[in-house]
Amino acid sequence: MSEGLVILLVIFVLAMFVGFEVIAKVPNTLHTPLMSGSNAISGITIIGAMIVAGMGTTTLATILGVIAVAFAMINVVGGYVVTDRMLQMFKTKPEAKR
Amino acid sequence: MAGFIELAYLVAASLFILGLKRLAAPATARQGNLLSAVGMLIAIVATLFDQQILSFQWIVVGGVIGSALGLWIARTVKMTAMPQMVGILNGLGGGASQLVAAAVWHRLMQPGAILPLDTAVSIYASTLIGGVTLSGSIVAAGKLQEIIPGRPVLFRFQHVLNLILLLAGASMGTYLLISPGHPGVFITMNLIALIVGVLVVIPIGGADMPVVICLLNSYSGLAAATTGFVISNHGLIISGALVGASGIILTQIMCRAMNRSFTNVLFGGFGAVSKVALAGGTAGPSGKSAQEISAEDVSILLAYARSVIIAPGYGLAVAQAQHQVRELDELLEKRGVEVKYAIHPVAGRMPGHMNVLLAEANVPYPKLLDMEQINSQFERTDVALVVGANDVVNPAARNNPNSPIYGMPILDVDNARHIIFLKRSMNPGFAGIDNELFYNEKTFMLFGDARDSLIKLVNEVKTA
Repeated sequence: MSEGLVILLVIFVLAMFVGFEVIAKVPNTLHTPLMSGSNAISGITIIGAMIVAGMGTTTLATILGVIAVAFAMINVVGGYVVTDRMLQMFKTKPEAKR
Repeated sequence: MAGFIELAYLVAASLFILGLKRLAAPATARQGNLLSAVGMLIAIVATLFDQQILSFQWIVVGGVIGSALGLWIARTVKMTAMPQMVGILNGLGGGASQLVAAAVWHRLMQPGAILPLDTAVSIYASTLIGGVTLSGSIVAAGKLQEIIPGRPVLFRFQHVLNLILLLAGASMGTYLLISPGHPGVFITMNLIALIVGVLVVIPIGGADMPVVICLLNSYSGLAAATTGFVISNHGLIISGALVGASGIILTQIMCRAMNRSFTNVLFGGFGAVSKVALAGGTAGPSGKSAQEISAEDVSILLAYARSVIIAPGYGLAVAQAQHQVRELDELLEKRGVEVKYAIHPVAGRMPGHMNVLLAEANVPYPKLLDMEQINSQFERTDVALVVGANDVVNPAARNNPNSPIYGMPILDVDNARHIIFLKRSMNPGFAGIDNELFYNEKTFMLFGDARDSLIKLVNEVKTA
C-alpha cells in the first residue's frame, strides 16, 4: 500500500467522523431535505466525470465521461433545487389563504 | 495552479460541512442548502481550470443536458413521490461513479500501460459500489412507484448466489491485475455489480423501502468517495465520506424505529422478517367487536376537547388528505382547542417524509412533534385522532412478545382519553397484524376514505 493511499484513507476516515458529528444534530423534521441535500453533495463525482470527459484520451472514455457528467449533474441540480423547494415550505406560522 | 484547485476543493468541502450544520434548524436550513450549492459551484468552476482537461465541449454538452433534466424533475416531482426521486438521484450518483471508474480503467489500459495496485483496487471498489447503488436504487424506486411488485421477491440460495457473484467479481479483478487488458472481463465485472444491486434490493418488501433508500444514500456517498480514491482527489473523498456518514446515521435511525438490526439490513434479511409478519397475522383477538362512530359525534368530541393530537400515517398521504387535516386543525384552533401532530419516524415512506407532506399543506413545523417529545403528552390529551396509521400505534409492539412488531417503538395514543381511528375498513395494516387498540373501550372507528371523512368532520365542526 503506497503512502499516497494511506493519506487518502486518513482523510476519508476523519471526514466520516466529521459527518457523523454534524449530521447527528439534524432533527427528524428535516431528514427528508437532509437526504436530498446530501444527495446533491454526492454529485461531487461531477469533478471526476468532468476530468475524464475533458481529457480526450480515447473516444470511449470521453463518451463514458459525458454520460457521467450528465448523471452527476442531474444529481447536483435536481438535489439542490428539490431541497430548496422543500425547505421553503417549512414555516413557523400558517400563511394567509391563497 | 494545481495547488489553487486543491484549495478550492477544500473551500467547497468546508461549505458542505457548514451547509449541513445549518440544516440542523428549520430557520437556517434553506441558507445551509444554498451554502452547500455555492460550494458545489466553486468545485465545478475550479475543476474547469484542471490542466488534464483539454476540451470543454463535451463537458458542456453533458452538463447542460444533466442540468435541464435535474431542474425539470426537481420542479415537477410531487412531494408524495419524494422517496422515488431521492432513490433515482442516489442511483445516478452511483452510476456516475461507476462510469468514471470505467473511463479511467479504459484510459489506463492503453497498450503497454501497467495498472498500479492502489488504482486498480479503487477502480474495482468504485465499480462495485457505484453499480450496486445504480441498479439497487432503480429497483427501490420501481418498488416505491409500484412498477415493480412491492412484495419481497425471494428464491432459494439468494445469499449464496450473491456471495458467488462477489467472489467471481473479485477473482476477475485479480486476474486483470496479473494479466492486464481483457475489456470483456472488466465489462463482466461491471455487469456483476449491477446484478448484485438488483439481488440485494429485490428481496426487501415495499414497507421496508425507507431503510433501503437511506442505505443507498450512504452508498452513493461512498461511491463518490471511491471515485476520489481512483483519481486521488481529496475533495471527492471528503464530500463522499460526509454523505456516506449521513446515510449510515439515517439508516440506524430507521432501523431503530422499525426494530431491526443494522446487520439484518446489510445482508438483506428482510424477507424472513416479512414472512413471520404474515404468519402472525391471524393471531388477532377474534370475537371482539370495535365501536363505530359517526362523523357528527367525532366532531362534537373534537370541538369540545381542550387538546387534540393527530397521528398521521402514510394512509393520509395516499388519500391526499393533508390539506383537509390542516383545515380541521385551523377550525379547532379557532375554537381554542390545542392541536398537535405526533410524527412517528416511519410515518411516511422515508425519514421526515410526513413532515414535508404536512409542511406542503401549510402546517407550521413547530406543531409537528417527534415520538420522544409527544409520548408523555398523550395522557393529558382529550382526543387522539389516528389518520391512516396502524402499526405505529399498535400496543402489541409493547406488550405482546409474539407479535412480529414486538419491540418497535410506538406512539402511545392508547394513553389519550379518547382514540378515534379514521380507517377505510377493519383490514389490518401492511404487516397484516391485528391491532388490539381497535377493540379498546376508549376507541371509536370512523370508517371511510380518510379524505372524505375529514371533509365531513370539517363541515360538522363548522356547525358544532
